[in-house]
Formats: sequence, structure tokens, C-alpha cells
Amino acid sequence: MSQIEQLETEILAAIGKVDDLAALEQIRVLALGKKGSVSALMKGLGQLPPDERKSFGQQVNGVKQALNKALGDKKTALADKALAQRLATETADISLPVRIGPLAQGRIHPISQCMDEINEIFADMGFAIAEGPDIEDDFHNFTALNIPADHPARQEQDTFYFPKRADGSRLVLRTHTSPVQIRTMQAQKPPIRIIAPGRVYRCDSDQTHTPMFHQVEGLVIDSETHMGHLKWVLEEFLKAFFEVDEVQMRFRANHFPFTEPSMEVDIRYERSGNEVRIGTGDQWMEILGCGMVHPNVLKAVGYDPEQLQGFAFGVGIDRLSMLKYGMPDLRDFFAADLKWLRHYGFGVLDVPTLAGGLGA
Amino acid sequence: MKFTLSWLKEHLETDASLQEICDALTITGLEVEEIEDPAEKFAAYVVGEVLEAAPHPDADKLQVLKVDSGSGIVQVVCGAPNARKGLKGAFAPVGTYVTGIDLTLKKAKIRGVESFGMMCSERELELSEEHDGIIDLDTDAAPGTPYAQVVGLDDPVIEIAITPNRPDALGVRGIARDLVAAGLGTLKKDTLAEIGGKGACPVKIKIDNPELCPAFAGRLITGVKNGPSPDWLQQRLKSIGLRPINALVDMTNYISFDRGRPLHVYDADRLQGSIKARAGKSGESFVALDGETYKVDEQMCVIADDKAVLGLGGIMGGEDTGCTQATTNVFIESAWFDPINTARTGRRLNLMSDARYRFERGVDPSSVEPGLHLATQMVLDLCGGEASKVEMAGEPPLRNLVIELDAAKQFKRLTGATLGDDEIGKILQGLGFGVESNGKGMTVSVPEWRPDVHGEADLVEEVVRIYGVDNIKPEPLKRLSGVAKPVLTIGQKRVQRSRRVLSGRGMVEAVTWSFLPESEAQLFGGGTAELRLDNPISTDMSHMRPGLMPGLITAAKRNRAHNMNDAALFEVGQSYGGTAPEDQYISAAGIRFGQNEMSGSGRHWSGNAAPVDLFEVKADCMALLCQLGVDVGRVQVVREAPDWYHPGRSGVIRLGPKITLAYFGELHPGMRTKMDLSGAAAGFELFIDNLPQPKRKAISHTRPAMTVSDLHPVKRDFAFLVAADVAAGDVVRAALSADKKLIEAVNLFDLYEGDKMAEGKKSLAIEVTLQPRNETLTDKQIEAVGAKVVAAVSKTTGGEIRG
Repeated sequence: MSQIEQLETEILAAIGKVDDLAALEQIRVLALGKKGSVSALMKGLGQLPPDERKSFGQQVNGVKQALNKALGDKKTALADKALAQRLATETADISLPVRIGPLAQGRIHPISQCMDEINEIFADMGFAIAEGPDIEDDFHNFTALNIPADHPARQEQDTFYFPKRADGSRLVLRTHTSPVQIRTMQAQKPPIRIIAPGRVYRCDSDQTHTPMFHQVEGLVIDSETHMGHLKWVLEEFLKAFFEVDEVQMRFRANHFPFTEPSMEVDIRYERSGNEVRIGTGDQWMEILGCGMVHPNVLKAVGYDPEQLQGFAFGVGIDRLSMLKYGMPDLRDFFAADLKWLRHYGFGVLDVPTLAGGLGA
Repeated sequence: MKFTLSWLKEHLETDASLQEICDALTITGLEVEEIEDPAEKFAAYVVGEVLEAAPHPDADKLQVLKVDSGSGIVQVVCGAPNARKGLKGAFAPVGTYVTGIDLTLKKAKIRGVESFGMMCSERELELSEEHDGIIDLDTDAAPGTPYAQVVGLDDPVIEIAITPNRPDALGVRGIARDLVAAGLGTLKKDTLAEIGGKGACPVKIKIDNPELCPAFAGRLITGVKNGPSPDWLQQRLKSIGLRPINALVDMTNYISFDRGRPLHVYDADRLQGSIKARAGKSGESFVALDGETYKVDEQMCVIADDKAVLGLGGIMGGEDTGCTQATTNVFIESAWFDPINTARTGRRLNLMSDARYRFERGVDPSSVEPGLHLATQMVLDLCGGEASKVEMAGEPPLRNLVIELDAAKQFKRLTGATLGDDEIGKILQGLGFGVESNGKGMTVSVPEWRPDVHGEADLVEEVVRIYGVDNIKPEPLKRLSGVAKPVLTIGQKRVQRSRRVLSGRGMVEAVTWSFLPESEAQLFGGGTAELRLDNPISTDMSHMRPGLMPGLITAAKRNRAHNMNDAALFEVGQSYGGTAPEDQYISAAGIRFGQNEMSGSGRHWSGNAAPVDLFEVKADCMALLCQLGVDVGRVQVVREAPDWYHPGRSGVIRLGPKITLAYFGELHPGMRTKMDLSGAAAGFELFIDNLPQPKRKAISHTRPAMTVSDLHPVKRDFAFLVAADVAAGDVVRAALSADKKLIEAVNLFDLYEGDKMAEGKKSLAIEVTLQPRNETLTDKQIEAVGAKVVAAVSKTTGGEIRG
């Protein structure tokens, strides 16, 4: 082994053994520094015969390169090791809980959510959304809807009244969303396709009744809409709302002063635990009232019943919501109980869309 | 309205089953609410005949019976003293659950003798308290015959809901008529016959107020023998929940339910002179059959004799002149009373009766005289006696209504389905309408018992309900456009968006009552007499809410009571500034209480949520305004929030001097005490209706081109020493106004009001961002802007730059 080779071997061995950056630097200086052992070799270059100089020079350069590489590798290895040691000291308890932020805390009330679902379905069928005041006059809540002053239907409505006014009339809290039909027809020319969701009030309070609840009214007026269309719209609505392929409906003749013919609609269902399955089963459940708009109602808003016709329907939103999502008690809807709202409420981003699905 | 199956079959000839009948009733509009079949309860019991009765070998009071149960002869040990050979009774085989003793029978050994079942007493069947012996039937029925059948307890009771338009269905015969039209059978011939009577009626009838009582028929029947009515009649009345009184009274109740024809019977010996139907007079009163005294007035229709008020026409008779077992001469009234007045009177007196229920819906006016004959026949049958001739006053208000019906066309127009004139005519005739073809359609005469039918649409309704809506085919509503167009108004979108934004800030949506107690309404700017309900459900719900905040405070309080201490609730909904439609307004309001921040609530290892303060809710307001399209850089925040907020820690957000967008702040501690809400609480109310309408949307949705400078923005910090009462917002605004071209943003990044500051001073530090437009700013230019900022701030706020 030549002297050069031996020197290389010794230095590489020293690099291999070293385990801190300072010692490594010292080795580098001792070998490759100005006064280093490898640098010293080059000083002897001039004393060599000319024909050996080139190969000797190449040999020394080769050693330099090899040492530089070994030094660099070792430096990287030592830096990695040092980093690993430092990181080991920085270990955190990854089981500590984090706050998952407002999106997870916020809730939408089931009534709002169901209204959004209903809007989405009817918007697709071309229905606009109409609104009216909660405090109504006699004309809009009763008279225009073909409910004359002493009609028994008026007594059956459990109306909330405001004090008598100077002219003897009394305002009421609307007992149904039907006055919005009247207001819409007064304000608009046919054809009309609207739904009117909102609060309604009845002077009634027990396990299944609250003095305030929510309804959605539907109204279609044009020259040709008939009961076949009414059936189709209700069927499509119920299928879409309950997200079932089929819903079996039973139409029972009934009486509402503002429609004629009037019907109540039952849907087939079965109960499985606290779940209500719509569309299957052997029981009927009343779900809504509907009918063809009464000629007297059309006349009351100045429409010609010979030329115009259409249908109207009304559904309880709270009830639809209970059937779909399984809340056992209507009264809880208005108790603002956080536990209930968190359990039955909906997430911020559960926005019902036809593309993404309505239910959440 | 209740009736039994056998009663229905008095009028309806049918093979249909109970279920078929009930289904048909429900579909055609007489919704069956309940079917009660008493036979079900007694299904296990059969007639058992005692073939042998021998003494028990080991007990004096027991006998060993051999009973023929129809399906075999069994041995029964029995303790009843009346058990004897030949007796037929109610036998319960092994396995029967006997309700009266709450026991399921098993094979038993009684004192060493086996017993297979039981001969029952009435108490054991819960028929009566009778327990001295076993049931002893007087029957020819063979052993094994269902017990219920033998004793007539197998008559199902059907209860239907009556809609206000169907007074005709308040009599069993009317119900039968609907079923006939629906194809379930035929109507039995009416047994009604005119009874001439002998001699003029000595009781004269006079109508003083024909608008209240247009027709009154009556007659006297002398020499009747009143007493308990026969079993069949008592049974029938009992089955529908009526209490049998005596034959005369039971007769009126029976006809009321059988025909929907209310009647009244007077003990003629207690009448003084003639009978009058007239308006009452104030000061008059009478004791009614319910034992209560009622005061009458000029608006009520009374029946009176020469001396006193006897009763209220069409509602209730009087106790004094009512028929008792002792009655021997009876005067029968069959009249017609105005529906509206009857309803009004009954309502004012809070007096309901089967008669009122019928008259206020409209009794068949053509039944005045026939009803009297029907009653006469029944009295003669049940009580004997001799009838006078009919005394009639006034005229029944017959409508004699005839409607021209373009039947097939109208049916098609309303239903989309096709039905021929023949079929339509048949349905109408089944319902008792007169139908005559008239080339173009048909002429329909309306029976007097259908006061609800006025025109063509009513007739089509009748046809549709019998034809069955289920038979109408659904037909798609025409689509208005291939892809549905948006329908929400800007207001509706803002309401929807508010809910999502606030819930996105960690708040939970509540829906609270529209009404609240007066005291709360007054605390929040409401509680006026105008918005008070006349008939609230309770005093806690007496007034319409003036705003959403009180409901949210109540909700927060209730949740705190349930140990839900740190949370945020919101509501988006209507409140009432007055009773006019335009006084109703929509707002979005929220309350945060306890330790609650948007990022979380309560305690946490990484840092507890701070008790809520005004800045948390100010952030809610600003975030919501921003999401609703308001440029929050343009709004002003001023004091003057309403009373229910902390005067120093609340504000109003305005747009210009006139438009109030929102209130926010910590809730006033005094108000919180009054509302009984403990702990920190802050809230906001944002008035959605007050938001500016967006500019009419251009047809294009293209955004304006983006202009961004390539030059880097430059940031410089300034700290000012200002008086403690200087609003930070004024400093920011002053800085922004120093050079509107160059200054793009001002960010207040530090507020220091600690004890190292001079008394009455605080330090505010701002970061000013300069955006060069055309060329990079030189140091000189930057310095010049800086000087302008300092000058502007010190001029408007008196602040000094800190070194």
C-alpha cells in the first residue's frame, strides 16, 4: 500500500468514527486544511520526476474528492441525527382534544330545514314563494275564503282575536296560511303558482296541539288546472319530500269552505319503532287537505270562475318534519332546548338541493 | 255522529260488510272516526246449557255441572245458587280471559273435582254488579251460539265526523242515502205516513218573529201513557251514548238521530194558553232541561206560552213544561229555526245540544210537518192516546232550488276525467236530487235537506265524492321551463342565508313563540293594547312579541336552568310593531351567554372561552351584514342602542343617518335581572327588511375587470396617545381619509390603556397600508403620507404620535 493510500484509509476511518460536527471539522482541517496532511502531499509534487507528477497529482486529487464526499455524507448524517434527537424532545400528546369550530356547533331548526326542502321541491315545479302577515283581517282570513260570519266553520277554527277596533271589527291571528292565497290573487294576475309557508295560530294547546304551528299553502290558478294535476303535484311532492319511490295516497271527500270539491289525503305508512315508513305498510295517516278553489273565493278576488280555476292545498310543516325525522312531540319544537336542537337540528352545510338530495 | 249497524240497516238494504260500509263512508266524506264492536269483548263466551247439576261430593255450596257448550259436553264446578238443570247461561271455556275477575281460565281441580271453564255472572262479564247468581238466559238459542248475539250486544257502533256542510248526515237515513249513492245497497221505503188526527189542536201556535222561526207545526196527543221506553229503543239510545228518560223524550231523541229532525215535547197540562215563537225580552229567563237558569234577550228566539218563557227555540226546552212519567197529554213541536241565530244564541249562552247542533247546520225545512207525523206515529205506538189535527203556523223556508248543470263538461273541467251524463245523473239521483235531461245537460232540483248546494260546482263536488277521487288519474302539471327558474325573492334569500351564516358561526337556531307575557313585551318596547290578544292561551302568551330578543333571553334562561350554561342561540323570524301588515318585520337576532366564543364554549385546556362581550356579537352582526351584501366599510357604529342593552357596551349599526341595520351589545344587567337571566349575556338584532335593496341586477353576471397593481404595497405603523374617550374608529377613519388615493387600508392592531399610561390616556397603534399606483414610492413620498396621517389623526382626535 502506498503512503497515499494508507493516509486515505486512516482519514476515512477517522471520519467513520467521529460523531459530532466539531470533531468532523477538525478532521477536515487536519487532512484538507492548508497545513493538512493531504495538502502536504502536494508540496512534494515538485520534487517528483516530471513523468510521475501527473499521475501523482491525479491520485492526490482523487483522495481529496473521496475525503470531501465522505466528510459531506458524514455531515449530513450527523445533522440528520441531531435533528432527529431534537425532534424527539418535541413530541406532543396527540390525544389532546381540539375545538372543531363553529360549523360543528351550529344548527338549523328542523322547521327551517323542512321549509328549505319544501321550497326546493316546489321551485322545481315552478312555484314561487308568497308571504303574508300573521295578523290578518276578517276579510282575508275568513270572508274572502267563503267562511261567512256565522258559519260553523268559523267557530271550529279556534281563532285568536285582537280587541275590537273603533269600527267594531276585530283582527285575528291567521288560523291558516290560506289568506296568502287571497293576498296573492289580489296582487297578481293569473297564471299563479305559489306556495306560502308560515306560522299559523289556533287557540288550542295539548299534547298534539300548540297554539302556534307552521303550514305551507299551495295555490295554482289558470284556465285549465284540474284535480288530475292536483293529484300529480301532491304525489310528486310527497315522493320527493319523503324520498321514496312510491307513495300511496287515499283521497277522502271532505269539506273546506274555500275549496270545492274538498278532500283530505291519507298516505299509507307503517311504524317500526319510532320510525314512520311512508309508502309501505297497511295503515293510513291523514296528511293534508286540498281541493279545487271555490268559485266564491275566485269571485271574492275579482276573478271570473267561468274562466279561471285551480287548486289549493295546505300541509302542516311541523307534522311533515315529525314524520320524516321522528320527533315524538310537537311541543318540543318551540321549547328552544339546546339538547333537542342539537339532536334534531341540521348542520350548517346540510343545504337541501335537488342535485345533492333533500334529507340530511 | 254515532249510530249502530243495525240502525243503519233499518234504512239501508245491503249485503256489504261492516268494513265495506265504513270504507265507503270514509271515502265519500263521512269519515269514520271509530268503530266499536261490543261483540269483540264477548267473543269467547257462548251459550252453555246445563244438562245436569249434581251436588259436589266434598262441598255444600258447590255443584258439579255437565254443560253443553255446543262443541262438547264439559264438567264445570259452580258455586252459584241458581245453577240448575236446563239453565242456559254465558259459558267461558278454558283459555278465556274473564275481564270482571281479571283471570284467564285454566283447567282446575276444585275440592278434588275437575272443572273445565266457567258459567259466568253479569259482574264477571262487566255487564253489571250482579253477582248473586250466574246469567240465566231466556232464549231458544242452541248451545254454542255466541253470547253477544243472543243478548243483542253484537251491534257495532260507528262514529263519523260531520263536516259543517252536511246537516243531512246528522240523521241515520241521510247516511244511508250516501251509501246508496255509493252503490252499497238500496234505500228502504220510508214508513212515514200522514196522520190526520181528530179535532182541532186546542193549543194555538203564533209566530211573532218569522225571521227567527218561520215555521212551527204542533199537535196535542191526549191520554198517553208515558213510562220507560221499550228495550229496543233504550238499547239504541244507550248504544250511542244517550240516556233513556221516558218514552216521550226518547222518541224525540230517536227521531233527531234517525232523521236529523229535532222535536220537542211539552207536558200540555203545564202550558198556559197559546204557544208563541218570538224574540226574548230582556229580563226574561227560564230553567232549562239541564237544570241551569238562562237569561234571554231580544236577539234570541224563545218559545213561550201566555205566561212565561218555556225554552230556547231550537236549542233546549224548559224544565217546568218537560214531559215526565206522569204526563198524560203531550204537545209535540216540530219547527224550523234560523241557523245563524241558533248558532249565535247557543254560542252566547255557551249552551250546546243535539237540537242546536242540527239547527245551526240547517235542518231540512221540508221535514216540519212530516217530522210531526213521524213523532205522532211513534207516540201512538209507544204510549197510545189520541192525536188532534196538526196546528201549523208560518211557512217552511223552502228553497225549491233548480240548477242547470252542463254535467259532463263541468265534470271534465274540474277533474280532467270523463263521466257521461247518465252516470252523473245516476249519482245525483242516488243522493236524492231530481234530475231531468234538457238536451244541453241536465236540470237538477236540489232536495231541501241539502242547504249547502248552491250551484254547478257544488253538484260536481257531490258527483266527485261519490265517483271517488281515487279514480281520477294524476296528470303532470305543465313545466314552465326546461330547467326550473329561481323563485326566491331577495328577502327570502336573505332570510335563508342569515340562518346559514349564523349557524356557521356556531349558533343554534331556535323557533320561539310569537307571543309573550305583557311584562316582557313592555320591557322590549311593546305591550301595547293594540297587540294584546283577547283570548290568549295563557297570560304568558298574551301579547305579540315586539322583537326576538325576549324570546331568546327566555330560551337562554331555560337552558341555563338545565345546566346548559355556555351557548349561542339565534332566531330569524317575524315581530310586530303594530297590527298592520307593514308593521310586521323580519329580523335575525342572536344571544350568546356564559363563556362562549365563535370558536367554542366553556373551558378548554388550550384556553377557556371568555365570558361573552359586545365584541363577540358585534362580530356576528358585521359578519352577517357582510354576507348579506352590505359593505361593512360604509356602515356607522353609534351608541343609542335601546334600553335593553348595556348603555356603555352596546351600539347601533347604521347606514347613513336614517337606516338602522342592527343593534348589538351586552344585555343590560337591570333588564337581565327582570328577565331572571343570570351570567354574562350579549345579543344582537339585525333588521333584514332595512337592508338596502341590491341594485337592479344587470343582465350580465360578468364581474368588472380586475385591476391589480404590480407594485408592492408598503406598510407603516403609527402609535398615538389619545384621550381615553376617543373612539378608535375615529382614529382609523381619520387615518383613512389622510390620503384617499394612496392609503388602501388601516388596521388597528394595538390598544393599550394600562396603568403605565398617563391618567385619562390610552395608546392606539395602527398599521397603514399604502398602495402605489404608477411607480414605486420614494422614502420621501412615504414620509409625506405618514405626516398627513399624523396630522389628520391629531386634528380629529387630538392624538399625539408616540415616539
